[in-house]
Order: sequence, then structure tokens, then C-alpha cells
Amino acid sequence: MAQQTVKSYQFRVERQGNWTRLENMVQRAEKSGLTSLSSQEIFEMPHLYKGALSSLSVARSISLDKNVVDYLEALVARAYFLLHSQQRTAGTAFKRLMVHSVPVAVRSIRQEIMVSAAVFLLGLLAAFILVLQNPDWYFSFVSPELAGGRQPAASAEELRDGLYASQDGVNNLDIFATQLFTHNSQVGILAFALGFALGLPTIWLLFTNGAMLGAFLALYHSKGLLFELGGWLIIHGSTEITAILLCGAAGLATARHYMFPGKYGRLEALAVHGKKAGIVAFGCIVMFLAAGLLEGFARQLVTSDAVRYGVGLSLFAMWLSYFIYGGRNNAPGDDA
Amino acid sequence: MSSRRQQRAASRQTIERNLREILTPEGVPVRVELAARGDRAAAVIIDLLIMAVCMIVSVLGITIITGFSGIGRFGFILILLVFFFLRNFYFMFFELKWQGQTPGKRRLGLKVIDRFGRPLSSEAVFARNMMREIEIFLPMGILFSGSATGISGLMQFFAFVWAMTLVCLPMMNKDNLRAGDLIAGTLVVREPKIILAADMTEASRDADGETQPEFVFTQTQLDAYGVYELQTLEALLRNKSPEGGEKRQIAGKAIMKKIGWPDPVPARKMDAFLTCYYQTLRKRLESQLLMGRRKEDKFDVGNKAG
Repeated sequence: MAQQTVKSYQFRVERQGNWTRLENMVQRAEKSGLTSLSSQEIFEMPHLYKGALSSLSVARSISLDKNVVDYLEALVARAYFLLHSQQRTAGTAFKRLMVHSVPVAVRSIRQEIMVSAAVFLLGLLAAFILVLQNPDWYFSFVSPELAGGRQPAASAEELRDGLYASQDGVNNLDIFATQLFTHNSQVGILAFALGFALGLPTIWLLFTNGAMLGAFLALYHSKGLLFELGGWLIIHGSTEITAILLCGAAGLATARHYMFPGKYGRLEALAVHGKKAGIVAFGCIVMFLAAGLLEGFARQLVTSDAVRYGVGLSLFAMWLSYFIYGGRNNAPGDDA
Repeated sequence: MSSRRQQRAASRQTIERNLREILTPEGVPVRVELAARGDRAAAVIIDLLIMAVCMIVSVLGITIITGFSGIGRFGFILILLVFFFLRNFYFMFFELKWQGQTPGKRRLGLKVIDRFGRPLSSEAVFARNMMREIEIFLPMGILFSGSATGISGLMQFFAFVWAMTLVCLPMMNKDNLRAGDLIAGTLVVREPKIILAADMTEASRDADGETQPEFVFTQTQLDAYGVYELQTLEALLRNKSPEGGEKRQIAGKAIMKKIGWPDPVPARKMDAFLTCYYQTLRKRLESQLLMGRRKEDKFDVGNKAG
């Protein structure tokens, strides 16, 4: 009998029982999670996987049955993905991300945060000085549709009214908040995403946003309303501007590690640092959500300057301590 | 002759080009097949359609419920929040829950893995899906309404050019990586699923139960072909479709011509002839393999030229 002496066939016959057993387990685990396996099977699976792995090595060198080799390749790959995966539910993963990964990632890009804050401040100062000297500069920094009634021609009274939504503000503010949130988070995400263009557009975006703020400040300063504007801005701005700066920093970090990969290859450097930047940007989305709510609700409902400053500054302190102290005492996870 | 040889080498390379190796901690490289760009696009479209349906259903549901009780504004906020959560968390939720798969990917048999063979971390899933915002939703926003993005002038132009570059990124690298894959260090592969078929040497034994091989081949006749032809023949023998039968007739005649088989084999005997040739050839090639000689294809005559 010619067939029986084919060695690769014997090899296969001796082992295929274990292969199909492993395949069966893998199939069930893929469909409904590892928890659907019995404890006996969980115990057995790594052994069957190792067995299949060594079968694959042998089969590659002795068997010319393509189906067997391909089958083993596929089986081993599936078992590998299953055994080397993180079994976390979406909820646990999210919690871990917010408690641990976001602050750690923010700390890892602190140099970029310095740069993005510097660029933002530079824009702010430049616009502030320019607009103070000549109010005509105002519309170079603030687009008319965003400015609304807030323009150099407006009287101090009109500007003051805008800061304290008394009569008409309250009825539409909730929708306004949600829209603002969408707008701001898009600016932030853009700042992050444009980091891929080697960071230049990110710097530009940070600068213009800083300039916009600077122009606002100059306008209100010239009307003697700087303190009041401060309250109006800080209640949500402490959260929102921090988030914009973080997004910008995340973009810059991507650009930096792409341009100067260091000891890794370019792509690997991007994978390691880009992941962190992406996590920072994700944290920023949550911050923008908070800022949107503050802007829409808290700012319209709280009209006392002192309380506005109080809320804004304490939120800022909260974010700061979250980023500085958050996630330190967690066991170092597998976030590589 | 040499051009055909080059062609064959080229076709083998195209198959190899789509394979990536991941080194397991045990030191055995595992091969995975890269997902095709078209499949990935289809998977995204399916996911977006599911999202669209969810959005429409939730809008209808919320409108009906809040419309009755007259809290329209509350409903509006609710709708915006549902949109926000779907847009940001749909992909993340499923890729976490299903180990790197979304409904669309599952349908197309695709899977996200870590490019460096490490476990797919939840951080990677968050990071790669953060980028969707700029790869899918931002270009859509720019396309449908320029001002929806809240930026204008020069920045808008920048954003447009850049968004388009990002959208086209998977076409510009050999691993079909999109921006999200780049920053998260992930790779999208075809979910490996291959059924263990019966061994071809076993199949014939069950069929006719003969103990003596019906056809006997000489050494020279067996030396005519190598591993490549053997595996092509294997695929042909496993092909159960009607065209497979026709192809086997053609292939059988070609083989007989090549090895100089004297007496003609009737059409109905062709499968038995091919199976027998396959078995004998495989046995011979495998025993050569054990001796450390692998005859790659029919052009491989043993003298190592390169």
C-alpha cells in the first residue's frame, strides 16, 4: 500500500485529533468569548496551541500537502490571536483609559504641551497688542460670523449685555451648548490630525486660536470690561483651552516622532508615540464635552463674576491634578 | 522559457506580497494575509450604513416619544448626544468587544491585529478609531458643507488637502495602513479560516479501496515536476466544480505528454490517473525533502544557480 508509507500522511493522522479539538475551541471562543469554554478546556488550550505550533513547524518542512500547511497556519494564527489578546470588556477598557492611560499619555508629551502653550500665548499677545493699537486689526483675527455682535463698533453696554445672558439667552442655550461642543471638539481634533502634516498647520491653528482670544481680550479691555470678559471666558475656557492645547501638543508629538524617530524605525516610533497622542486626543474629546456643557449651561446660569472665576479656576486645578497625579499608582499595564 | 520562469516567480511574489509574518514568542513565524483594500472599504461602508440606520431609528424614536410629551428641545439634545456617541464609540465598542472586529469587518472576515505581534491593546483600539474622525467624518463634513467644520479660508484649504491625503493613505503603502493604523501600530488582516480537507492520498483509498497502485511511474517520469506543480495539481484535484473536471482532462493530457506516458487513459479514468500520479510524486518529493533537497518546480534541476 503506497499510501500508508507517505510519512506526512502518518504525521497528520497522528495529530489531527488535537488540531480539530483546538479548532473547535477556537471557533467557540471567537464566537462567544473565552468565557464560553469550560475550565478544563481553558487549561488545555495553551497546550493544544503549542502542539499545533510545533506541528506547523514540522509540517512546513516535511509536508507537501498544501491544505494541511495552510490549515495549520490559519489555526495557529487564530489561536495565537485568541491567546494573545486582552480580554477586557469595553467598559473596563474605557475606565482604565480614563483613569490610567490618559494622564500617563498627557505626562509623556509635556514638552510638546509647553510648545503648544507658547505658540498659543504668542498668538494671544500679538493679537492683543495689535488690536489695542488699532482696532481695525480685530477682524483679521476674528471671523465676522463668530464675532456676532462682539465688534469694535459695539458700545460697552452692548458688550456687557452679551456677557450676562439675562433675557433671551436661557431658552436656547442647551442646543447652543451641544453645537459649541461639536465645533470646539472639531477644532481640537483638527489640531491633532494636522500634526500629521509635520506639525506646521497645528502651529498655525494654535496661533490663530490664540490670536482670536487675544483680539477678544483687547476689545473688551479697551472698553474696560476685561475682568468681566475673563469671568465669561474662564468658566469654560479653562477646560476648553486646556483641551485645545493638549490636542495641539498631541499633533506636535506625532509630527516630532515621525520626523525624529530616535532609536526606533520611523513607523514603529509613530506607532508607539502616535498611540499616546491618540489617547490624549481622546481624553480631549471628553474635556470638550465638559467644556460644552459648562459653556452652554453654567455660563448662562451663573452670572456672578466671582462664582464664574471660582468655577473656572477650580476646574482648571482639577484637570491639572488629574493630569499630574492621575494613573500613577496603577500597576504598569500593557499599554505598550 | 526563462520568461515563463520569471512570470511564475512574479506570480508567486504577488501571493507572498500579501503575506505578513508575525513572530510568536515561541519563535515560530505565523503567516497572516493582508486584508484587501476593497474589502476594508466594504467593511467601513457596512459599518457606516449600520450607524446611519441606528441614527435614523433613534431620531424617529426620540421624535415620536418626545413629540407626544412636548419636550422637543430635550429630544433634540438627546439626538445630538446619540449622534456623538455613535460617531465616536461605535467602532471602539465593537473592536473592544469582538477582539478587533466590527459588524462590517466580521461580515467581510477581517480582523485588526497588532503589527508587531503583541496583543491588540485597548489603547490601540482607542487611538486607531480616534483617527476616523479625520479620515471619515471630517472629509464628509468638508465635502457636504464647508462651514460645518467651523474653519475657513486658508485653514479650510489645508484641511481639505490634508483630509484627502489621509483618505488616500491606505493606497500609498504596501501594508494598506490608514492613518489610524499608523499611529496605533495595527494591521488589518483577513481572518484566517481554512477547513482541514481530507488528505489526497487518503481520498483515493476510500474511493476504490485498491491496494495496488493502478499506474506505475518511473523515476524519470516523476522527476519531471516539482513542488509548485504538485501543489497546483492538489488544488486541481480538490476542485469539485464542473469546470474542475474539464481542467483535469486538459492538465492530465499535458502531464502525459510531458512525462511521455505511452498508452492513452480514457476520460473517466483521468481522475484516478492524476490522483495516482499525485500520490507517487508527493511521496517521492517528500522523501527528497527529508534528504534535504527541495525541488521547487519543474525548472529546478538541482544545480543551484542563484
